[in-house]
Amino acid sequence: MKQRTFMMIRQIFLLMVMAVVAGHLFAQQEQDLLSLLGREETTEYATASFKTNRVINLHSLENTSHGVLDVKISHRFGFINGGPYELFGLDQATIRLGLDYGITERLTIGIGRSSYEKTFDGFLKYKVLRQSSGVKNMPVTVAVVGTTAIQTLKWANPDRDNLFSSRLSYVGQLIIGRKFSNSISFEVAPTVVHRNLVATAAEKNDVFALGFGGRVKLHKRFSLNAEYIYVFPDQLAPGQRNSISLGFDIETGGHVFQLHFTNSTSMIEKGFITETVGNWGDGGIHFGFNISRVFNMLKPKE
Amino acid sequence: MTISKRMYKIVFFLLTVFFFTGKVHSQKYFTKTGSVHFLSEAPLEKIEASNNNAYVVIDAASGQIEWSVLIKGFKFAKALMQQHFNENYMDSDQYPKANYKGTIDKGINLSKDGTYDVKTSGNITIHGVTKPLSASGRIVIKNGKVNASSSFNLTIADYNINVPKVVRDNIAKTVKVTVNAELQPLK
Repeated sequence: MKQRTFMMIRQIFLLMVMAVVAGHLFAQQEQDLLSLLGREETTEYATASFKTNRVINLHSLENTSHGVLDVKISHRFGFINGGPYELFGLDQATIRLGLDYGITERLTIGIGRSSYEKTFDGFLKYKVLRQSSGVKNMPVTVAVVGTTAIQTLKWANPDRDNLFSSRLSYVGQLIIGRKFSNSISFEVAPTVVHRNLVATAAEKNDVFALGFGGRVKLHKRFSLNAEYIYVFPDQLAPGQRNSISLGFDIETGGHVFQLHFTNSTSMIEKGFITETVGNWGDGGIHFGFNISRVFNMLKPKE
Repeated sequence: MTISKRMYKIVFFLLTVFFFTGKVHSQKYFTKTGSVHFLSEAPLEKIEASNNNAYVVIDAASGQIEWSVLIKGFKFAKALMQQHFNENYMDSDQYPKANYKGTIDKGINLSKDGTYDVKTSGNITIHGVTKPLSASGRIVIKNGKVNASSSFNLTIADYNINVPKVVRDNIAKTVKVTVNAELQPLK
C-alpha cells in the first residue's frame, strides 16, 4: 500500500512535468514567428553623411560611389565689398572644373583645373575606416587624401633659372569624422601642405593646419554646411587668414547645388589653406557655388 | 472510478497534446535569404531594386506566413538612387524594416511533394504604415525543398511616402513587388 502511494506520487510528478513541457510548446506557438529566427546579423555602414564629397572646399566624409563620375563646376565670384560697381563681386569669377571618379567604394580619384593661378590638380582619396554599426562596429570614418597641384602661370621672371618643380605643391590630409545623427555630421581634417617654392624666407614650405567641417540637415533635400580651417601660427606671410565658409547644399535628383559664402578664392587645398586673404569682417567674402552632377559609368550587372 | 483509471485518461490526453504540439513544432519552415524585388515603371524611368536577405517563416500547421526585410538592404543599379530611396523616401533610419504577417487560405502539407496555388491575407507594414494586404502566391514542394513565391502591387501613396512633383513622371504610383523564398525546416 505504501509502495503504491509512492508510485502514484511519482506518476503525478511526471504528468506535471509533461504538462509544463506541453504548455511551453503551446506558448511558443503563439509567439511572433519571425522572432524564432533571431535578429538580422548585418553590418550597416553610415551613408550620406554629406550630400556630396565636399563640405564646401574641404573634402567630406563621402566618396564618389564605385563606377560613378561626378562632374563638378565651381565658381567663386569677386569680393562682395567691391560694392555696386562690381555688382558685389558678380562681375568677376574664379572657376574650377573637376572630374571625380569612384574606382571602388573606398577609392576616389579626381582631377581639376582652376583659373586661379592656372592650376591643375589631382587627388586620391581612400577610406581607411568606414563608420558602421551592427556586427562590425566602427564609430568613425577615416579617409586619407593626397593632392598634387601644378601651377602653370607664365614665369614672372623668365630670365631667371626657373625650375618646373617650383610649380608643384602637395597636400596630405586625414579626414576623421562621424555622422552623429540623420541630420548632424562633423569632421576634423589635420592637414599638411607642402609648397616647393615660397615667396619669402619667412614663409614655411610645410604648413600645418587643422580643418573642421560639419553639416546640419534642415530638410530631406537641404542642408546647412560650415567649415573652418585653422592654420597654426607663424607659417604664412602676414595678411593670410584662416578660411571660413558657410553654405547650403540643395539636392535635386542627380544634381547637388552648393551655394556658399567664403573668404577663400581658391578651391583647392593649397590655395584655400595657405592663400586666403579675404576678411569676413569687412566684406572680404565671395559668393560662390559648386554644382555636382553624377553619371553612372558602369552598366549594371545581369 | 479508481485513481489509476483517471490518471490513464489524463496521461492519454497529455500525450495527445504533446504529440500534437511536437508535430506543429516541426512544421515550421524558414529562410534568411528570401528575395524581395520591386519594380516601378514610370513614363520617364524604370526603377528596380532587390534584397536577397529577407527573413521568411511559414508555419504549415497554423497556416501563418511572415516575412520581413531590411529597407537598407535593397540594392539598386545606381548608388545615388539607393541613397535617395533610403534618405528621401523610406526614412530607413526611422523605419528600418518592412514586414508582412498573414495567413494562408488552405492547408498545406510541406512534407510531401506538391504544388499549391494559395491566397494569403494579412497586414503589411512599410514606412511605419500598416495596411491590409491580400496576395496570391504559389507554394511548391519538391524533393523536400519548399519554394514560396508571390507578387502583388502596392500604391506608394498608401504608405505615407511623399513623391515630389518634379519626379512624378520618374516614379510610378504603383510598384510591383515580388517575393520568392526557398525554405527549409526550422529545427
